[in-house]
Amino acid sequence: MIEIKDLHKSYKMGNNSLHVLKGINFNVKEGELVAIMGSSGSGKSTLLNILGMLDVLDEGSYTLDGVPIVDLNETKAAKYRNKFLGFIFQSFNLINYKSAAENVALPLYYQGVGRKERQEKALKYLEQVGLKQWAGHLPSELSGGQKQRVAIARALAAEPKVLMADEPTGALDSKTSYEVMDLIQKINDAGNTILIVTHEPDIADMCKRIVHLKDGVIVEDKIVDQVRASQYV
Amino acid sequence: MFSRDAWKEIFETIQKNKLRTFLSGFTVAIGIFIFVVLYGFGNGLTNTFAKFFGDDATNVFFIFPGRTSVPYSGYKANRQIEFDNDDLADIEKNFAMFVDYITPRISRNGLVKYKNESNNYGNMGVAPSHQYSEKTIMMKGRYINDQDLKDKTKYAVIGRLVERDLFKDEDALGKYIDIGGSSFKVIGVFQDDGGDNEERKIYIPYTTRQLIEKNTDKIDQMVLGFKPQIGYSGAMSLERSLEKYLKSKKFINPNDENGIFIRNIADQLKQNQQLASVLQLIVSFVAFGTIIAGIIGISNIMVFVVKERTKELGIRKALGATPKSVISTILLESIFITTISGFIGMLLGTVLLNAMGDTLEDYFITDPYIDTGIAVFATILLIICGALAGYVPARKAAKIKPIVALRDE
Repeated sequence: MIEIKDLHKSYKMGNNSLHVLKGINFNVKEGELVAIMGSSGSGKSTLLNILGMLDVLDEGSYTLDGVPIVDLNETKAAKYRNKFLGFIFQSFNLINYKSAAENVALPLYYQGVGRKERQEKALKYLEQVGLKQWAGHLPSELSGGQKQRVAIARALAAEPKVLMADEPTGALDSKTSYEVMDLIQKINDAGNTILIVTHEPDIADMCKRIVHLKDGVIVEDKIVDQVRASQYV
Repeated sequence: MFSRDAWKEIFETIQKNKLRTFLSGFTVAIGIFIFVVLYGFGNGLTNTFAKFFGDDATNVFFIFPGRTSVPYSGYKANRQIEFDNDDLADIEKNFAMFVDYITPRISRNGLVKYKNESNNYGNMGVAPSHQYSEKTIMMKGRYINDQDLKDKTKYAVIGRLVERDLFKDEDALGKYIDIGGSSFKVIGVFQDDGGDNEERKIYIPYTTRQLIEKNTDKIDQMVLGFKPQIGYSGAMSLERSLEKYLKSKKFINPNDENGIFIRNIADQLKQNQQLASVLQLIVSFVAFGTIIAGIIGISNIMVFVVKERTKELGIRKALGATPKSVISTILLESIFITTISGFIGMLLGTVLLNAMGDTLEDYFITDPYIDTGIAVFATILLIICGALAGYVPARKAAKIKPIVALRDE
């Protein structure tokens, strides 16, 4: 699903350039649940941003679902993001003046889906994350866990090839974190490919594969026995 | 870009961000409103000037006698100049090419009585052509005619308000009134657009007035109507030659400023019209200043709006919004708000101007109005500038990488 070869990325900081990613080779197959771990500054978020086409790479190649991601201009990146990717953020990033259902329907709007179908699909995905009765509520009326579940429903609504989650449990307490991880595991069970950036080992253990980043290179890449979150819920 | 869905999205955004909508809408509405009202006031000012000088004929000279200030050809200084009937005839004869009519004016003031009612009115001994110079409108009866002059009849033409004051509900025509001790028959009632004072006057044949005053042939002043075809420059040169003629006739030093005065309405009118147009220019300048202030205001708000929405736009971009759709969302929203509120402001301004009508007449503003074309132009200008002002930050926002916009502060 994802193929990365010899990926380099550096940022210009005044006169110095900061070499963040120093040659990453990384493949993800369909249906995988991968945790990307590392301390802050290890380049894990940069990697996710490049994978998510929120940022561009300096060197190397990136292929997503057989499509080479090259020459990204903003319009092209927007189309790819809309078609291939669903994002889950640490701070949820819901649009605060739109109801839960409208937030979920937003990526469908940019896909050009009709209004009625958008609403139906939004409700379907809200039901999947267990928030159907909250469809008309604004994000400010929801708890942190509920917000993240709305964000997950939104990410799912576009039916993306890959879900990318940047510290999805970072702003949640552990009980809510496990609930969210339980949901993510279920979505993965249904066959979705998911990448999670996290620095919490217990969250990483709930994935099927852990990739450790340190100083811009992959130092460890291992398959683990998945801990089911449902036992903590 | 103009799909129904895009508009629905914009309406929802507008509905759910009331403060923002109100702020930008208010700026535009108030800008247009003030512009319309100020511009209307400017027009009202011009109207007032036009009205002031519109009630009398403009092709008229008023000729007054004065006192000489320098001795000349054997006469001492400080000599009172007087006009008499010969002067009228001489001017009419010598300037026949240019003169349309000439009429004397002998103004007196005195008690006028009818039965038990009495009041002080100005009465004026005039010739028939005085009707043209004052643009007197006859309501009933007739004006003084040449036969009256010849017969020195004791006929009077009274103003509308004189009739109302003295006769109440009675018809004044054919009745006799007492003017300064002599009995006059009312042969006409007139009205005049020049205001109440003009309608509290009484006209009598000047020959009758001269007869009453010991059969004199003196007249107070002369009103000369020149032929309009001679134009403004013709009028100016007529004024000069008339002055020269009268000064030599009355033995006044050609350089003496005080022997004879000629008031040239055409010249005054021109000056006043110039003043009015300068005022209009100033008011328009202030009004356009308001528009500029409005443009700056809406620009500021647009910059603020885009800044405030940076995160939202980042989210939208992460969800697949293209830069084009980001820009069009912001622009359509701003154009929609400025259009609606601009036309509201324009409408309110126009309604206010219409409602005011004559209420500000005491402040020299009569019938303020604004050409629809100018109002619409100003509104569209503001809308376009608002859109332009929104476009620059919107394009910048569309270029921001989603990760920058989404970075947690």
